[in-house]
Amino acid sequence: MLTGQRSWKFNNKPVIVSTGTTGGPFEAEGNISKDIDLLHNDLYMGEDSFEKAHKILLEKAGQKAIEKAGISKEQIQFYLAGDLINQITPTSFSAKTLGIPYLGLFGACSTSMEGLALSAYLINSQGADYILTGASSHNAAVEKQFRYPTEYGGQKPPTAQWTVTGAGTALLSHSGDGPVVTSATIGKVIDLGLNDPFNMGGAMAPAAVDTIEAHFSDLGVDASYYDLIITGDLGQIGQQVSLDLLKQHGVQMEESKYVDCGLTIYNKDQQVNAGASGAGCSAVVTYGHFLNRMKKGEFNRILVVATGALLSPLTTQQKESIPCIAHAVSIEAGGDRQ
Amino acid sequence: MANNKKKNQQQYQEFAKQRETKRPLIKNCIRAFLIGGLICTIGQVISTFYIHFFHFTEENVGNPTVATLIFLTMLLTGFGIYDKIAQFAGAGSAVPVTGFGNAVIAAAIEHRTEGFVLGVGGNMFKLAGSVILFGVFSAFIIALVKTILIQWGGL
Repeated sequence: MLTGQRSWKFNNKPVIVSTGTTGGPFEAEGNISKDIDLLHNDLYMGEDSFEKAHKILLEKAGQKAIEKAGISKEQIQFYLAGDLINQITPTSFSAKTLGIPYLGLFGACSTSMEGLALSAYLINSQGADYILTGASSHNAAVEKQFRYPTEYGGQKPPTAQWTVTGAGTALLSHSGDGPVVTSATIGKVIDLGLNDPFNMGGAMAPAAVDTIEAHFSDLGVDASYYDLIITGDLGQIGQQVSLDLLKQHGVQMEESKYVDCGLTIYNKDQQVNAGASGAGCSAVVTYGHFLNRMKKGEFNRILVVATGALLSPLTTQQKESIPCIAHAVSIEAGGDRQ
Repeated sequence: MANNKKKNQQQYQEFAKQRETKRPLIKNCIRAFLIGGLICTIGQVISTFYIHFFHFTEENVGNPTVATLIFLTMLLTGFGIYDKIAQFAGAGSAVPVTGFGNAVIAAAIEHRTEGFVLGVGGNMFKLAGSVILFGVFSAFIIALVKTILIQWGGL
């Protein structure tokens, strides 16, 4: 149901019945490896190219979610997913394997919440019984497309971020046990003229702020309504910038409950400069780590704001600035609390 | 309206810039100096080795030395070590011939999956190509200047 300018309220409370997450070797050494269902110890994952490995990541995450829910894939009506690679081919190939009617999404690193918002909307309006949604990224495949060859020795500045190798999927239904999706706010493209692809956090921060403010005003709540406000991949710089922007706009936000997936996934010893990024980042950390903690009863209401930089290597070389977007989805604890 | 938008953008860019972590310039320079120097020292040791044991002269020892350095770079790149050295060393590992080798080798490895002709062949010089082009072009300009000076300037 449309609420305010650009938010949906889901009165039928779509349930996240299960989630599936996968990661690579670098994620296995990270902070939240226990929350990832399947960890690969090789970047190639038994395939002969990084792009094929990318496909495996999402495929396995999807299969894991289906397996955990204890249903067959024929019971799922739609599959909504995306990634960062040209023409989102890894996702399309995974849809071929899964054999579920498929809608491909592109929202860069905001794809996870774009998919969750749309899936919740479809379930809420009785458009489906089960929907599988997810997002993924593969460090080497993304580096190859957006930056330099993997083994090329180029020094990255401290503002650069590390693309996550991983995939996260969620299976939604109208009934069942699990956290429920209560509302979603769709973001606008915000571009304040930053054009350094090695500082995406700084470019994405205003998009996150815009969506958070819109969410609060559409639903008539403030930051105190949520136990945690989780941004996708702002990293150190984007997080600081967005906090200061919120403060400047007069939005009260406690720093302790403003967390970032990009700063959660790796531990302090892993050298990732300003933090993690990538379409898989918010998907793995939200569907793995944060939903697990919610199930343990650590918090009841979270707002996930996945941020995306909608640039391509071509637009960067043609000196265009970076258009950014953020989608917010609120999730509340459901009937499976321990 | 358009003006207002521009002003907004400028304000934000200023705002974001203040919160950006700066590149540690001095630290980077020192690291580049040390590692760059180390690579050159290794090159010198190889040169001296060839002169002493293989009867090369100072004029022609350059070729086998460069070939050896590039061979070592190939191993380091293939085993995934060179990019880690580069994150530490910056220009120190990019400027010597090993950096050039790394750019070619990394691209060749990366595009192996697209086949030998269109993959490796077509992409091998995608980073190093401009080094070759502008290297040759600037050499041409310098040669032209030198010729003109000698012919007409009577140097």
